[in-house]
Amino acid sequence: MTEHTVKAFDEDITRLRGLIAEMGGLAEVAVQNAMDALVKGDDALAKKIIEGDKKIDALESEVDKLAVRVIALRAPMADDLREVIAALKIAGVVERIGDYSKAIAKASREIADRKRFEPLTLLPAMGELAAEMVHDVLTAYGARDAALAREVIAADRKVDNFYNSIFRNLVSHMVENPSTISTAAQLLFVARNIERIGDHATNVAEMVHFAATGTYPVDDDL
Amino acid sequence: MEQDRAFPVASLALAAIASVAMGIAGAPWWLAFAVFLVWAGSLWLAVAAPPRAVEPVSNGTFNRDDMGEFIEHAGTPLLVAENGRISIANKAARNLLGAHVLGQDIRVAFRHPEAVSLLERGQSGQAAVQGLVRRRDIWILNFQRLTDGLGVIELLNQTAEADISRAHTDFVANASHELRTPLSSIIGYVETLREDGGKAPPEMRRKFLDTVLSEAKRLQNLVNDLMSLSRVEAEKHDLPQEELPLRELVETAARDAAGPDRQDRVTLDCTGGIAIRGDARQIEQLVRNLVDNALKYGAAGETVTVTLRRLPEAEAELTVTDKGEGIAPEHLPHLTRRFYRTDPSRSRASGGTGLGLAIVKHIVERHRGRLDIQSKLGQGTSVIVRIPLVEGGEADTAPEGLS
Repeated sequence: MTEHTVKAFDEDITRLRGLIAEMGGLAEVAVQNAMDALVKGDDALAKKIIEGDKKIDALESEVDKLAVRVIALRAPMADDLREVIAALKIAGVVERIGDYSKAIAKASREIADRKRFEPLTLLPAMGELAAEMVHDVLTAYGARDAALAREVIAADRKVDNFYNSIFRNLVSHMVENPSTISTAAQLLFVARNIERIGDHATNVAEMVHFAATGTYPVDDDL
Repeated sequence: MEQDRAFPVASLALAAIASVAMGIAGAPWWLAFAVFLVWAGSLWLAVAAPPRAVEPVSNGTFNRDDMGEFIEHAGTPLLVAENGRISIANKAARNLLGAHVLGQDIRVAFRHPEAVSLLERGQSGQAAVQGLVRRRDIWILNFQRLTDGLGVIELLNQTAEADISRAHTDFVANASHELRTPLSSIIGYVETLREDGGKAPPEMRRKFLDTVLSEAKRLQNLVNDLMSLSRVEAEKHDLPQEELPLRELVETAARDAAGPDRQDRVTLDCTGGIAIRGDARQIEQLVRNLVDNALKYGAAGETVTVTLRRLPEAEAELTVTDKGEGIAPEHLPHLTRRFYRTDPSRSRASGGTGLGLAIVKHIVERHRGRLDIQSKLGQGTSVIVRIPLVEGGEADTAPEGLS
């Protein structure tokens, strides 16, 4: 990006981008840790994720304040305005990703008898895909890379397919073993949360595309 | 320089006193004034052209451009951060993180919480960062504070080290997993047969017994492969001494690997008169593994070509080519890893143990040879093995004594 005549504006935008990246880094690690906590049944890690979410929330409000201040004081135009608007929206979405990780961490404490659940071997693979999407979309944001953003959007289909197969798997598991329904239901929520993480990564990708090019990517998911 | 322009107060005072003295002594006032002017003028000239002061030699303070040039070609990624922004990134760092990080907030380049907290603290220190570029890589981020707000960041790749230690644990985990899978199905089927007490229809019993047999054979193959792998690994350092006529060995082993059913799918094209020093059983196993892989993963019904040539640089070259779907480039570097599979479900279905190419690699290494795998997606794969010949060896005609 070319330098701005008003140096303070340049600094504000850089700081805004830094804050978003920091939030993203926290959310990315939260997703990975949540999957680890789920698979290993690590309650201490789950607790850490739940507490770590506060930091993401605090950063979100910081981004909000800064973005509003930039708009009010500097009245940005064209790509600068897009940048600020995108930052505002991305912060909200990344915060949601953090919340979903927290929800997975909470659910992981409710799951008993891990060895008996086949979906527990599918969920980490699904989580890995979602975490990769979050990672890639943040890289795309840092690099203002619209092509990478489109790749992330394309990857969401895989996460959705995973969700569908885990859903079927869990439902048949519940029918066969009614005694484990509460655990299976928790796992279903976890799968749902991962699926939502994928969707939100897609949303961020759309924002990145918008900030970089001024248009939204064509949505062929009909 | 400041001292060059110093006002020569003393000299001017002397000139002034001289002029006044001339005036007192009776000289006309204009003469005294003219003398003063000339005197002062000469002083001004002398001061204006002072002897050039020797410039102090720089004691190593770099400006920013020097610093950038200095680190530009370093092999490790290096960055300079100034007030929370990246002001310099050398070539390695730009390749790793992308050129966009220049001028950006540090957090855009390193968003991992560990890195962010280290850099925010502003004190020298290290942080381990997982997933800096790709999700599984591990980098050590080494931050060195220079002055307030200025610091150097060095990145060290630790992925390989972590990989090695993971490979050891993985091997044990994989091996036990691979051994357990056939065992559980054997136990399952046998239990069913026993509990049922002979009431099941004979064809169903036969089907169960067939499964038990095939799983037991798979287990046997696996144990055999594991044993040969560890044997080859153990013998890796002693060069085999036996002199082998390669052609017969390769032809027999290739036919053997194909078995009666797949015999017509193998095309042999072997030159005679090639002798290497080797271990007959291991070379046989190498050919068997390669031909078996090619038949298994090549397209059904397509032929597999086995070629044996003598290269001018005194090497024997064995090529096994299939016409299959090929192997994606990202898999190629890992193919010889134990239990590495490009498509686990297909490999298991065809009874693969995941050890074939690992064994091949060790055998080739023991024979001081080279293993190349070339593959084009959609066209097929060629595995090429080159092994040095016995000097002047014509094993087919007259076996020479060991030298």
